[in-house]
Amino acid sequence: MDFISKNLPYLLAGISVGGQYALIAIGYTMVYGILRLINFAHGDIFTVAALVLVYSSTIMPLYLSIPLTLVATVVLGLVVERVAYKPLRNAPRMSVMISAIGVSYLLQNLALYITGGLAQTYPAIPIISNTIKIGPATTKIVTVVTPVLTIVLVFALMQLINHTKIGMAMRSVANDFETSRLMGIKVDNIISMTFVIGSFLAAVGSLLYFTNYASVVPTSGAMPGLKAFVAAVFGGIGSIPGAVIGAFIIGICENIIKGLGWTTFSDAFTFALLIVILIVKPTGLFGEKATDKV
Amino acid sequence: MGKKKNIIISALLLLALLAVIMILEQRLPATHIALTVLKKGCIYSLVAVSMNLLNGFTGLFSLGQAGFMLIGAYAYAVLTIPVDARASVYQYFHGGVIQFSVPVFAGLLASGILAAAFAWLIGLPVLRLKSDYLAIATLGFAEIIRAFFQWDVLGPITNGSNMLRKYPSFTSVTFPFLVCGVCIAVMVLVIHSSYGRAFKAIRDDEIAAEAMGINLAKHKRMAFCISSFFAGVGGGLLAMYQSSIQSQTFKSAMTYEILLIVVIGGLGSVTGSCIASFLFIACSEWWLRFLDVETKIGDFKVPFLRAGFRKVVFSVIIMAIVLFARKGIMGSREFSVDGICKFFKKRFGRKKEVKL
Amino acid sequence: MSNNVLRVNDITMQFGGVVAVDNLSLEVNEGEIVALIGPNGAGKTTAFNCITGVYEPTNGSVSFYGKQLLESHPRGKMKKMYKGENAGTYKKRLVPTPDLITKAGIARTFQNIRLFSTMTVFDNVLIAKHMRAKQNLLTATFRLNYAEEARMRKETMELLEMQNLAHLKDEIAGSLPYGLQRRLEIARALATQPKLLLLDEPAAGMNPQETQELADFIRQIRDEYQLTIFIIEHHMDLVMQISDRVYVLDFGKLLAKGTPEEVQNNPHVIEAYLGVSEEDA
Repeated sequence: MDFISKNLPYLLAGISVGGQYALIAIGYTMVYGILRLINFAHGDIFTVAALVLVYSSTIMPLYLSIPLTLVATVVLGLVVERVAYKPLRNAPRMSVMISAIGVSYLLQNLALYITGGLAQTYPAIPIISNTIKIGPATTKIVTVVTPVLTIVLVFALMQLINHTKIGMAMRSVANDFETSRLMGIKVDNIISMTFVIGSFLAAVGSLLYFTNYASVVPTSGAMPGLKAFVAAVFGGIGSIPGAVIGAFIIGICENIIKGLGWTTFSDAFTFALLIVILIVKPTGLFGEKATDKV
Repeated sequence: MGKKKNIIISALLLLALLAVIMILEQRLPATHIALTVLKKGCIYSLVAVSMNLLNGFTGLFSLGQAGFMLIGAYAYAVLTIPVDARASVYQYFHGGVIQFSVPVFAGLLASGILAAAFAWLIGLPVLRLKSDYLAIATLGFAEIIRAFFQWDVLGPITNGSNMLRKYPSFTSVTFPFLVCGVCIAVMVLVIHSSYGRAFKAIRDDEIAAEAMGINLAKHKRMAFCISSFFAGVGGGLLAMYQSSIQSQTFKSAMTYEILLIVVIGGLGSVTGSCIASFLFIACSEWWLRFLDVETKIGDFKVPFLRAGFRKVVFSVIIMAIVLFARKGIMGSREFSVDGICKFFKKRFGRKKEVKL
Repeated sequence: MSNNVLRVNDITMQFGGVVAVDNLSLEVNEGEIVALIGPNGAGKTTAFNCITGVYEPTNGSVSFYGKQLLESHPRGKMKKMYKGENAGTYKKRLVPTPDLITKAGIARTFQNIRLFSTMTVFDNVLIAKHMRAKQNLLTATFRLNYAEEARMRKETMELLEMQNLAHLKDEIAGSLPYGLQRRLEIARALATQPKLLLLDEPAAGMNPQETQELADFIRQIRDEYQLTIFIIEHHMDLVMQISDRVYVLDFGKLLAKGTPEEVQNNPHVIEAYLGVSEEDA
């Protein structure tokens, strides 16, 4: 009983963080599935979402600023895609990845400029910021809301992908870019759609994630972004359920490690896990194997 | 014959450059920003060329450079702090466990060797991965290395998350210029050797390279270790330049910066990397400084100008290069006297062939 | 009976549930030109890839001049999935990387040309000398291997001259016309000093006249370099003209073998291959 009461908060935090990583990881995995691109800027889009809420909440009530944040993040995702990735559609993969790193650098510097490098206080969102008691542990409501919301959103997304026309188009573009274009699918629109979904989920993740923290700095999103990416690789990049499961595993493990008093290594653990999975099963838990043709 | 002439001319140019730097150093006040740019530019050139050796010449997309620089910086600092200064540096760790110190050059050499040794270990599992998986795994390793150096159990050696300082540093520009010059020269020799050709073959086509009898694992590991060796030396020099270091500095953002330098200079061009390093440092430290200062022209306050704007403009420029000048300044060519002559002939001579 | 160069024993290559090469056995003797033919997708290139170590065969072994070169058997998940024969015959696991096979004396070309396209013609051939050079990283970097380097360059130049490519030595390989790229690829393979040369569809995309030139060329290099040649080809006239013996592969299985005449008159072959693609032939 003592063990549980001691570790329950970490477990709860783990599940909650896992859900937040999952929401970011979906963006990575979907973009990778279609463009074979590690969207390094995704973590920064996540930060920008937080900053938009910080600034908009000072001039308008939260019930306006939250939708604004969601919309602004989606628009940002779209703009990044159109400006930085679309012109490089036929360029080598390395160029696109470099462009993504460039966008990440730009967004970070922009955030640095706007915030002046100072930590910005994150507004308390009513209801989900309140504390509640679960058994022996005290926690914020967001801890409970996150996994539920994550699962609902993922379920909705899976429905969209598996049972609608646009979902079918997405799956076909992910499978074969050129053939899809020949079959009359507007590939660019599908790619934009992917970025819309990814950014929207990142914005939701951002709302939930930063509720646990007092403030935002321009580099706040880098680490969760990277970890979400690891989650996506862990689950098998391109696979949405894989990314979600990977995210929960990483979130939980990381917090248990914190609970054991090894906080320095909670970040390192994630990457160690990444390297182990890449070596043992490079395609991740649910990924498909591709053989090079000689 | 033409080749020998070129080498002599290049050597003379470098000597002239060294002379100019020495004169500048004498004439300019010691705190002048140009000297800072030159020092930092040298170090970044070295690190950028080392990254180019891997990314541009061998085709291995690695993002671990900051990690190897961190190892180099720590190896140098830990080994060269004078014995009597150790008690104050390692104040939380009872003076640390290492109670000797080595001369500067031995320290720099140790930086390189330790970084290369780590690269060898990391390379065993990681180099089997392809393109973006390799990138993300090396990035991950760099983060793991950073966590290890902050671990307080290793504190008696690394001073945990506290600063390392009081180790010998340099004030002159000539020192980093010479060290980096020699290191880059060695890398150029490697690139033009039989092994360099093998690296390029791997970049062009791995399967064909293997069919030509090139052992992929061995040569990739070799390129990885050479690159890390010089990144380590670069890290050591950076430690000297900063006169105090902390593992916090060596984040993935640093790797990204170096990667962007390499891209701006041109993947596969050593001189491109060097030119881009100096431009990058000069812009970020000096030429674009005015963007960070609130300025008034008469009564009119120039909009946007305040702290941080420099970096925004700078990243926009970089994005423009990445998007519109994808080959960078030099492409995969090298800067040479011949090249300059040809360039001017093409532009101003009879317009025989216009190549865009 | 001449000396046996290459012996392939019961090679099976299974990708997931698909058997690409099924229990293939063949042999190539010294000085011979042997052809491997078959319809598209019959598994010819896969067989080459197994011999040269690009793929690890699921089962079987290969020996070269009587020496065991590679041997493999189903492992892990494949144990259950394995559909081929002779599963218990090959106990050892000896899987060299392609570079070791090249070093042993088997060189190859590729169906879709794989040159080092940003490097010069000269460097493309010079690369092949790297593996046998007596040097290490230090001696090579500081040019202490200058004698070795000079020898490599001299041999490369000689080879280019013999192949009539010397005038192109400073051209970038990727910018050469298709026919020259093919020739360069063969020159590059010859530079590894092979005893056995595997050619994967060398006549692809050539017109009848070029094909005729290629036939002469193949015979010429066989005599000049005392080579044994194993060739995959679609152009039937080329195959019939130059090969001493022919193996026919269909759906991964060996369908027939023998002299060109025997194969040409084999009813199975006519049904499976020649009958279908007469216009091609």
